[in-house]
Amino acid sequence: MNEFDSPILSVRHLNKQFGNGCESCRTQNPEQMLKNYCPVCGTVYACKDVSFDVYPGEVLGIVGESGSGKSTLMKCLYFDQEVTSGVAYIHTYKDGKKNLFEESGQYKRYIRNHLMGKVYQNPILGLKMDFSSIGNIAEKLISAGERHVGTMEARGIELLDHVCIPIHRSKEAPKNFSGGMQQRVQIAKALSNKPPLLLLDEVTTGLDLSVQASVLDLIKNLQRELEISIVLVSHDLGVIRMLADRTLVMLEGRVIEQGLTDQILEDPQHQYTQQLVHSLL
Amino acid sequence: MMTTATAYNFAFFDEGSKREIRRATLKAISIPGYQVPFASREMPIARGWGTGGLQLTLSLVGKNDTMKVIDQGADESVNAVNIKKLIENTTGIGKTDETSEATIIQSRHRIPEVPLTKGQILVLQVPLPEPLRAFEASELETKKLHAEKEYSGAWLMLFEQIMKYGNMATDADHPVMVENRYVMAPSPIPRFDNPKMNHSDALILLGAGREKKVYAVPPYTRVVSLAFQDHPFEPESFEGESCKVCGANSVFMDELVEEESGETYYQCNDTSYCIERLNQAQEEGAL
Ligand SMILES: Nc1ncnc2c1ncn2[C@@H]1O[C@H](COP(=O)(O)OP(=O)(O)O)[C@@H](O)[C@H]1O
Ligand SMILES: [Mg+2]
Ligand SMILES: [Zn+2]
Repeated sequence: MNEFDSPILSVRHLNKQFGNGCESCRTQNPEQMLKNYCPVCGTVYACKDVSFDVYPGEVLGIVGESGSGKSTLMKCLYFDQEVTSGVAYIHTYKDGKKNLFEESGQYKRYIRNHLMGKVYQNPILGLKMDFSSIGNIAEKLISAGERHVGTMEARGIELLDHVCIPIHRSKEAPKNFSGGMQQRVQIAKALSNKPPLLLLDEVTTGLDLSVQASVLDLIKNLQRELEISIVLVSHDLGVIRMLADRTLVMLEGRVIEQGLTDQILEDPQHQYTQQLVHSLL
Repeated sequence: MMTTATAYNFAFFDEGSKREIRRATLKAISIPGYQVPFASREMPIARGWGTGGLQLTLSLVGKNDTMKVIDQGADESVNAVNIKKLIENTTGIGKTDETSEATIIQSRHRIPEVPLTKGQILVLQVPLPEPLRAFEASELETKKLHAEKEYSGAWLMLFEQIMKYGNMATDADHPVMVENRYVMAPSPIPRFDNPKMNHSDALILLGAGREKKVYAVPPYTRVVSLAFQDHPFEPESFEGESCKVCGANSVFMDELVEEESGETYYQCNDTSYCIERLNQAQEEGAL
């Protein structure tokens, strides 16, 4: 990362709540809340005033305990869910002047298909389990307007090879694959249109340790080679330490600390981060 | 089934029901290729046996109409005959086998060989109106995909066929793009019939009884079969073959097997077309 670069993605004041809120929770008085949950009206404040930048070619880690709002944030960025409020800009999209969250459905699809790739913790969300693996990759290419079968087949095979799926299995459906292989297919799919931004949500959670290591290695190598920016979400500080240049720490929907990963690990400021770092040691 | 015609209103339905179906039909005609929901009614024929088409026909038919009903190209199949009887008993209108004489043609799985003309209405029976269903199970989601003109799923299904079989192996119901806006299921007609929908002189209505949808291709609408740059759309080809009965070529034919000799031969799938040609040839003394 270069300080003088402009960020590829800027997010400001992103809020996402589930529920309409009530008199009791609107002021967010901590005495009336159970963490980010309002016991009076049942509203969950999943992301609260989240702001951050992602720079070209960097891996930004987001760490936090389960329920801290990481997946919700990623879903908002990929338009899987609508934000309650907030803005986001992509530097290369409409000169970085258009709030992505206010774009029409058609433009959001364009952004998803051309400027982003996403890998979900649960491969069912990212893949058509009954379609061929190469078809899964083609889907993203088709979405971006490709209409030449030969081109898509060649690109699909190249990508699958890149993520170490044997070519003779390219026409098999992901449902026949192991968890680690499914994540590899998801990664290949997410990369198919050479997006400048890749969103990874707990991609190694639930995999065996040895498989985890190989998938993390793959991500590290791809990132170096392709020079793409990655937002990497994990509840596991070990994963973050291995891959992230900078890190945000989330707690109860808020970003409580952010900085260079090394700094955060060496000198955590917030009490919660200190606990997190100590548990890693 | 039907005993007396007088027990029912003209064309089976009460006028209110007919009007409601016609309203949905008018909307369908105004938005070519868009699936309009309608309140599909109980019929004295089981759903899935052409009740969608039948409801359209009954809502449109007038005393001066002439009906033709075919099932997979045949005027005399049990289904076609049953539907014809019901229409006849409740309307008393005339019927015909000759495509050119009919004002309304209800059909399952075929568009007749004799080119349809201005003023005619073709009503196609539809089992599965949603071309994206195999790709997306939820109706709410497919509605969104149509609204946003997001048809990757339709192309993906064709891509999958090419990966599996080496070509677009759609036997029937090959998806079409209507007026560059909506992707539509043409009903299970063979690919051979898809081009007949393009710039058709006749109005084409499609009705799905079980799924409660009606959609339309108005006359002179652009209808393009989906295809890839390197895998163009190809109708079934019967090159070099001709009908054993009437000698026709360049029509859609069934491949049949001679029981005694075990030899395969071809025959027009459109039976009335085949018979018309035979009659004509006889008149001309050619046979
Ligand atoms: N669709 C939803 N409806 C209501 N609450 C939700 C929904 N999705 C997530 N939440 C809540 O939002 C909070 C943040 O969840 P999530 O973003 O999944 O956290 P994380 O990924 O950090 O574990 C949790 O309290 C969760 O229960
Ligand atoms: Mg999560
Ligand atoms: Zn409340």
